[in-house]
Amino acid sequence: MSELTFTLLRLGYLVLLWVFVLTAIAVLRRDLAPRGAPRGTRSDRRREAAPTPGAAASPAAPAKPKRGAPTRLVVTAGPLLGTTLPLSTASILIGRAPGCTLVLDDDYSSSRHARIFPQGDQWFVEDLGSTNGTFIGDTPVTGPIPLAPGVGVQIGRSVVELQG
Amino acid sequence: MSTVEDSQAARTVAPTERRPARVAELFLLVLALAAGITAFATVGNALTGELPEDFWLKSFLLAAAGLGMHVVLRLRAPWADQVILPSVVFLNGIGLAMILRLEMSGASNMRGANAWSGLMYTALGAAVAAVLIWFLRDHRWIRRFTYTAMLVGLVLVVLPLFPVIGQEINGARIWVHLGGMSMQPAEFAKIAFAVFFAGYLVANRDTLALAGPKVMGLQLPRIRDLGPILIVWAASLGVLIFEHDLGTSLLFFGLFVAMLYLATERFSWVLIGLLLFGAGAIAASSIFTHVAARMEVWLHPFDAALYNAPGGSFQIVQGTFALAAGGMFGTGWGEGEPYRVPFAYSDFIYSSLGEELGLTGLLAILLAYLLIVHRGLRTAIAVRDGFGKLLAGGLAFVMALQIFTVVGGITRIIPLTGLTLPFMAQGGSSLLANWIVIALLLRVSDIARRPSSLPVRGTVAAGGAMHDPIVVGAAGGTPGTGTPVAGTPVRRSAGEVTGAAPSSHPTEMITPAQPDTRPGERS
Repeated sequence: MSELTFTLLRLGYLVLLWVFVLTAIAVLRRDLAPRGAPRGTRSDRRREAAPTPGAAASPAAPAKPKRGAPTRLVVTAGPLLGTTLPLSTASILIGRAPGCTLVLDDDYSSSRHARIFPQGDQWFVEDLGSTNGTFIGDTPVTGPIPLAPGVGVQIGRSVVELQG
Repeated sequence: MSTVEDSQAARTVAPTERRPARVAELFLLVLALAAGITAFATVGNALTGELPEDFWLKSFLLAAAGLGMHVVLRLRAPWADQVILPSVVFLNGIGLAMILRLEMSGASNMRGANAWSGLMYTALGAAVAAVLIWFLRDHRWIRRFTYTAMLVGLVLVVLPLFPVIGQEINGARIWVHLGGMSMQPAEFAKIAFAVFFAGYLVANRDTLALAGPKVMGLQLPRIRDLGPILIVWAASLGVLIFEHDLGTSLLFFGLFVAMLYLATERFSWVLIGLLLFGAGAIAASSIFTHVAARMEVWLHPFDAALYNAPGGSFQIVQGTFALAAGGMFGTGWGEGEPYRVPFAYSDFIYSSLGEELGLTGLLAILLAYLLIVHRGLRTAIAVRDGFGKLLAGGLAFVMALQIFTVVGGITRIIPLTGLTLPFMAQGGSSLLANWIVIALLLRVSDIARRPSSLPVRGTVAAGGAMHDPIVVGAAGGTPGTGTPVAGTPVRRSAGEVTGAAPSSHPTEMITPAQPDTRPGERS
């Protein structure tokens, strides 16, 4: 084998090693997108941006926080008394399941108990078919209903409310 | 805790996500196999001018090991990480090629090199890993063996000390001979200890992290919480004192400190660990002659007296020369003289690779290791249960530490220890144990990446839970419902709730909108 062929083969092998490593890194780049974020397919994004039936504004659109709008969710009674959660444009899932936004350590709440979510300028509360129900005062929450700041929502033994 | 059948999980849990086709893994696997098999051929061509003996059979075995694992992953762990397996096959193939090259060199001190045995253990390791992935459906099943694992680990560690089966080779008493077979039990003890620490720490992390006095801003743990941990620490010291094995001792100790840190997030543990290690190292180097000799070799390798002394710095200096001879691009497969270094096929395979592949090749190899470790740590971040987090984090860390110790020892960053480079160095125990580690990592990563019906904190569940109300307990079809996948906590029984209800509110149960198809399970 001539010197030139030999050198080319030698370097070619190193190139092969690096092709493997760089391809593997390229595969990993897909992983850099945060978990749960839309994978960039068009249908995903369209669904994300599509207006919800019955609501004028898209909940995902980052609305500027208005004056007097609630900024945090506070637990005012129950085992997690005093816990606060900053509000964003995402909906807040409350329950015992570890995947919830607010994980309650409350035997009387369900795994996924209730959801508090923004639509337009208004926050809504919705029961998710919990065993013991969600209450505002003594009224059970059946469908999504608007939630004003300062109004306590009973979830199991806990009470949460929005505060400005 | 039983896991969900694959088909069922795909139907009820992931209505929008397909099972990944693992095309990326297959493609990478082909590249990795190409690197290994090309190396086999080049080695034979450079040394004898033709393909090495049994070239096709060897290539077939390597390919069968890699592709077999790939098929098993497709069937049983479709969401597992796609980069780990190709990286392992890549490293394994190159390691085997180097062992083959040293075997074919025919040098008198390379009689121990045996590519066939390495290949057999690779195939065996892949088979064991495949069986493990096939039958272990959920890594949390291992958690019930927490204390068994501690016992197994301790037995494995002291096994070489027993008079008949234990054997001392080259000053370290880490071998066990049984019926013609020899093995290094410490490699397996590493896995057992990782399982034990994960199970123990996940149950006790709160007491370890929060209870105890605070000294100078550091949260110190209570003495009584430390019992099992001190036992293992004593075992790792025992390895150093009675088995003269610096590397294994360091490995166990590092594993234990890293997992404590992972579990408690207390920096005080790292500090305590480093202090204990520093004190131990200084004490050991002043008390034990073999440790002192290692330190001397590390600090003054080019001393003529030390170089010529038996057990002196000859090996490490030759290793350094080999790396220097390799330079930037290496001499090419079969063109260098790596057989001049004692144990070039096992302890010093890194310097052999450096000579023939050069710095460029070594960096590619180190990056492949980095990929495996990175994927392991990433898995630990992604998985939801604490046991899986600690297990994956611990196994990934111990692999990283082992690579650092070996490579650092050969490049004289730290004193030389007797550890083996995972997947490359010749040694059945090491290969087998590391394939088991990979199987565990793949299993945890499958569970971690499997789409779950539960939304991750701050994100939206698969299927757009933001817009559709989550109806729990409904019959299949609605997004965000279904059988709990692994990662969901076991639900409490309904009895806890019906017994007592909030006093100020109606005590009757409000039934879900849709009929509950699984009685006995509460939403």
